[in-house]
Order: sequence, then C-alpha cells, then structure tokens
Amino acid sequence: MQLTIDNKLIDVADGTTVYEAAKQVGIAIPRLCYLNLEALGIENKPAGCRICVVEIEGRRNLAPSCATLCTEGMTVRTNSPRVLNARKTVLELLLSDHPKDCLICPKSGRCELQNLAMCLGIREIHSIENAEVSTYRKDRSPSIIRDMDKCVLCRRCETVCNTVQTVGALSGINRGFMAVVAPAFEQDLRDSPCTFCGQCVAVCPTGALTEVDHTPRVIWALADPTKTVVVQTAPAVRAALGEAFGMAAGTLVTGKMVAALRQIGFDYVFDTDFAADLTIMEEGAELLSRVHRMIEGDRDVKLPILTSCCPAWVNFFEQNYPDMLDVPSTARSPQQMFGAIAKTFLADRLGIRRDDLVVVSIMPCLAKKYECQRDEFKVNGNPDVDYALSTRELAQLIKEANIDFNALPDEDFDAPMGESTGAGVIFGTTGGVIEAATRTAYELFTGKKLEKVDFQELRGMEGIRAASVDFNGTPIHIGIAHQLGNARKLLDGIRAGMYHFHAIEIMACPGGCVGGGGQPLHLGNADVIHARQQALYREDAQKPIRKSHENSYIQQLYIEFLGHPLSEKAHHLLHTRYFDKSIRN
Amino acid sequence: MMNTINYDEQTPATGIPDRERTGLKDCQVQTIKDICRSFRNEEGELINILHKTQESFGYLPPEVQECIARELRIPVAKVYGVVTFYTFFSMQPKGKYPISICLGTACYVRGSEKIVEALKNELGIDIGGITPDGKFSLDCLRCVGACGLAPVMLVGDRVHGRVDSLQIKDILALYT
Repeated sequence: MQLTIDNKLIDVADGTTVYEAAKQVGIAIPRLCYLNLEALGIENKPAGCRICVVEIEGRRNLAPSCATLCTEGMTVRTNSPRVLNARKTVLELLLSDHPKDCLICPKSGRCELQNLAMCLGIREIHSIENAEVSTYRKDRSPSIIRDMDKCVLCRRCETVCNTVQTVGALSGINRGFMAVVAPAFEQDLRDSPCTFCGQCVAVCPTGALTEVDHTPRVIWALADPTKTVVVQTAPAVRAALGEAFGMAAGTLVTGKMVAALRQIGFDYVFDTDFAADLTIMEEGAELLSRVHRMIEGDRDVKLPILTSCCPAWVNFFEQNYPDMLDVPSTARSPQQMFGAIAKTFLADRLGIRRDDLVVVSIMPCLAKKYECQRDEFKVNGNPDVDYALSTRELAQLIKEANIDFNALPDEDFDAPMGESTGAGVIFGTTGGVIEAATRTAYELFTGKKLEKVDFQELRGMEGIRAASVDFNGTPIHIGIAHQLGNARKLLDGIRAGMYHFHAIEIMACPGGCVGGGGQPLHLGNADVIHARQQALYREDAQKPIRKSHENSYIQQLYIEFLGHPLSEKAHHLLHTRYFDKSIRN
Repeated sequence: MMNTINYDEQTPATGIPDRERTGLKDCQVQTIKDICRSFRNEEGELINILHKTQESFGYLPPEVQECIARELRIPVAKVYGVVTFYTFFSMQPKGKYPISICLGTACYVRGSEKIVEALKNELGIDIGGITPDGKFSLDCLRCVGACGLAPVMLVGDRVHGRVDSLQIKDILALYT
C-alpha cells in the first residue's frame, strides 16, 4: 500500500506500523517505551509514553506511530508544530516527575530519556516549582539496583521478565502517581523469583535498573600493598568490550583488554577460558560416566545432563524445578572453578595466604555478582571470587584509570591460569559449552581422534535447537536452549517425558553470554549479539589447540594437584550442590 | 541432522513455586480452585476470578493471590498488579458489616465528608480500617449511582440515603 509521510511517498507491506514505515524513508520518529527486541523475538509497544505521536490527516487526535498501522492513502506528518508541541509537553510531563540529578546518575550519557530531552531541545520544565514528585524506596539486590524514581513505566523490563524469560518477577503495580514496576507484594528483588539474569537492565532506557557497582572496592584492593590481586576475564567480554570504546560490535579486543588490566594494576591477568577448559574436563567426565552407566543398564542414572555454567539458569531451576535438582551437572561454573583453584593451588604456588589473594572476575553477567556471594563458594567466610565486575564496569574502570584503550598494544594472558583452548572461548555463545564438551567427550568416549572440531549443527541463534552427534555408532542427542523462556519449554517437555536427550546446554541470556545482562547494552539488537557470537567463533578458529583436554596447563593441574576428573579433590573444589528454593522466605 | 523443535504451546511463567504455600486450609484452596475452574482457568478472566474470590474470602491476602496465580499459571506479580490497580479489591480483611461512604461529587457537596469524620470517631478506626471486634470496616468509594439520595452510605449491600451525621449512631445500632 502507499502512503505519504512528511511529503515522501512510500510503499509498504500490509501490517507495517507508521513508525516502521517512517524508518524506511529515513525518518527517525523519537520514541521512549517502544522497543523492537528483535534478538528476543518480541516487540515492546504498550503505546504508553506518547512520545512517538504523529498527525494523521483526517484524524482528530494524534496517533502513537509505534502502534498505528499504515492504511492506503494515509497522509502522515511527523514534525508539524502540533506534533512537536505535543511531544515536548509529553516529555516535560515525564520529566516533571523524574529526578534531575543526571550528573551523578549511573546511566548518564547512555540514558534514552536524557537523549530525548536533548533531541527535543527541552530547556525548561514548566511549573516545575509546584510539581509533586513521586518517590519509592530503592531496592538493592546482590546484582541489580532498582531505583523506581527514575522509572518511566515503559514496561520493557516487564516484557522481558515475563514474556521472554518467564521469570515473572516484575509487574506494573498500583495506579496513577503511585504506579511502579515491582515484584509481587512489593517485595525486594532478592525475595522475589528474580534470577538476576539482568536482561531487564539490558533494556531499561533510564537509570531505573542498574547493576551494583563493585569498581570502588576493586580499586581499593589494588591499592592495598598486602594484597595480591588477580583477575579472570570471561570469554564473552572480549567480544563486546570494544563497543564501549567506539568499536564495532564483534571487534575482538582480547589483547588490548589484557594490556588494560595489567596497566590498571592487576598482579596477574588470567583467563576464565582456562577454567572453562577445566569445566569441560569435569562436566565431560560426568556426562560420560552417566552415559556409560546408562549403557550398562543402570535405571537410576539421570539423563539428560544439564549444563550448570549459567548462574541465572541455576537460580531458575532451583526455584522452578526443585524436583529435578539431581539432573544438572554438579560442576561449578567456570568463574567459581577459577576462584577455587586460585585460592588453593595458585595461592600455594605464590606462597600467600588465602585471605591475601583477591580474585576479581570480569563477567558479561550480573548474576555472577550473586553467584560469587553464595555461601557454598566461601571458605570460612572468604569467597573464592571476591568481586565480579560486569563488562560495563570494566569499561568504566579503564576510563577512570586514564587509559587510551584504542591505542593499547596487544598483550598475552599470564601463565598458568591464562592458557586456554578454542573450546574455552566459545563458552560465551549459545551452543558453545556443549560443542566444547562434545569435542572432548567424543575423543574420550570413542578413543579416536576427532578430525573435524567444528560442529555446525550445534551453532545458531534459534531459541531451542536439537542435534544428534554420532559417537562412533552411538548417537548422542543434544538439546540447546537460550533465554529462560525457551529453557522452561525444554524442561517442561523433559519433565513430561516428551524428549530424550543425553545432554542439554542452557543459557539464560539471548545468544548466551554474548548477550548477557552485564555487556554493553544490546537493547534487543540481534545484529550486535550475532556479531559478538561470530567474534568468539573467529577466536576459536585461530587457536592452535581447540580441545579442552589438550590444554597442557590443565593436564599439568591434574597431574600436580587434582589427580583426575571427578577425583575427591576435584569434587571438593570444582563441584557443588543445588538447593530447593521454590519457597522464598 | 539439525532440526528446530516447534513449540506452539505456550508455557507461561508462574513466578511462584508449584508447591502449595502454607497458610491456606485445604478447603480454602479448593474454593479458589473451583472459582478458577468455573472461569476455565483463563488468564483473561482474572478480574472476574478476583471478584468471586473476594466475595468468598472478604479480601485478597497474599496467599490467596498466590493460589490464583498458580491455578492460572501466571506470575503472582501480575495478580498483585491487578489487585493494586482496582480500588475495589482489598488486601485488608473487611468487617462483618463493611461500610462504604460515597465521596462522589453529589454526595461530597452534600457533606459526606462530615459523615466520614463522624464514623471515624464513632468506630475509632481510620479509612481502610476494621474495628477490633471485626464487626465494621470503613471505606470510601466514588458514586453508587444514587445521587438523588446524596449523601449515601452503604452498609454491606444496603443503601442508606440522605444520611445526616447525627443519625450515625442509630444506623450502626441496626447492625448488632
């Protein structure tokens, strides 16, 4: 059909919104609540903010372009005086009930509301003197801070939490001036079903949802001469950190990141990928032992085995599937394996006390902040991992430390815990953990050398995937899900006995960790997530060693310290247990 | 080898444990289940289900909302969102004789505020409160459509019109 937008004639398909049509002819109608979360397969368009209103000839009222479909012969004005005036008034009203302390807001400079005020040229807010301002208590969880004073009720978080993740922690409550987005009965997040996946933070347009900032504590630890501070970097960080310094999504900045961390003052710069290789040794051994037991006719064996690297996923199944707590792998996540080895093996090697070693992790994730505070990952109150910073916090730390990131040379990780294989790198994308496990499990199971390490059938971006890998005559059925809503579908199917997999990988965030809640904000952009994913596969392809069990430092760690996978020591340091959290007190 | 599984069936979040929360008696849980079932456990019937449940329980405490959420397989936060949106729904228990005073325009200009004050004094409770013996609770509402009788006071389903604050004692005495 044909319509005219700002005197431009345009042809669009049936079902196109005015907003989308305008975009096609290069007219960017400002919007606030509307967001196409294409990476999550959903659009958030409650048409509540009224910023995107346009004038349509023949209609009495202005129409929200995000929720108005094009019709044949429609004449639209997106910038008439009436539209501009209405838009400004709407924004002024929004701002009249919004804090004005932008200078010290954690979202300053990246805030969509701030950008909008700039874009619409708001210079004063009329009658602000007398305006009443609503206020609500701040909620600090271990990972996420909710500051509802800054909420504009766009409902993006609610859409992500309920429809995409099916966590159901957030909903719009109360009405009028008292309206906020909150958990049931206005509980704090930590008492709600929240998994701390952080996807709400990843789509929030303002400073209403932000992460807990651990950078000041890291700066003090670095300045303490009695402390040795080591850092580990998760695989997905290197594929996204560059975006915070103006680089294109998917630019690999592994070498620069290492250089920056060294310049910031970390004593050792290590790689979580090392611990990812270790995870494969343990999780792979666990998978094979369960498969062998099944082949031998053991009816009690729990299959499929579920990956347990993702802390939001762990929270999710502890709450929603308490009857299946013995199904996931008992292997700790790479972050926690790293911490456990660092505070025992490494501290011993360095000849320092556990308490004098500070382990910092750089994670694409907000749930990792919660994970490292779990009691089972502490020894006498001292956590295996002291602080978990997000990719965004690292970017902030680099800027605070006066480092010209783009001009840094490439540097290498330190040995021994900085050495990793390509299998460790792909942990950061959906399908990566199970591909890494398959590379190792295949060779251990069949005793044959794996000629082709790329398992294309395990890769992709579909929310739920299934594939079979031939282990020399034994078909191994593998399931993969990313986003918790997809995980729920898969788990419900397994609970109902509909599917029979041997192994399943689950990641809470879109695309896996590359789309994590701690990354530079993806705002639902599928291209950004895809580019980061491809970057990890590139790094994997460049690695000389691409199978975890061939990592010579891992082999050495078993010889010198752990013995063998699933040994008593390995159990003690590298495995965990899960708790029924279906009732939160 | 690659095949994407097709999942048409929606598996919505409950956001709450499958296990029953303590606090409700089995017969109360059954009542809620029956009400939900009479509306085919449909999410779209949430408001009607809340109406019926409040009618039965007198109010909607958290454990009742959780039970409804579980039956409809929706997040309890959603149920709470609806309960807090509509002033009709209450999370506070009501008295045996719930009193509502109309503060709509007609009643207001004819002095319903004075009646509220008189009731507060007489009962010793605030708006939204309940007397210690559980007999009376006090609420306000906007227009019952009987403006000709302004100011209007409701006790349970019974409408008292052209109420004067001096009559309060006599009206309350009817409910002993």
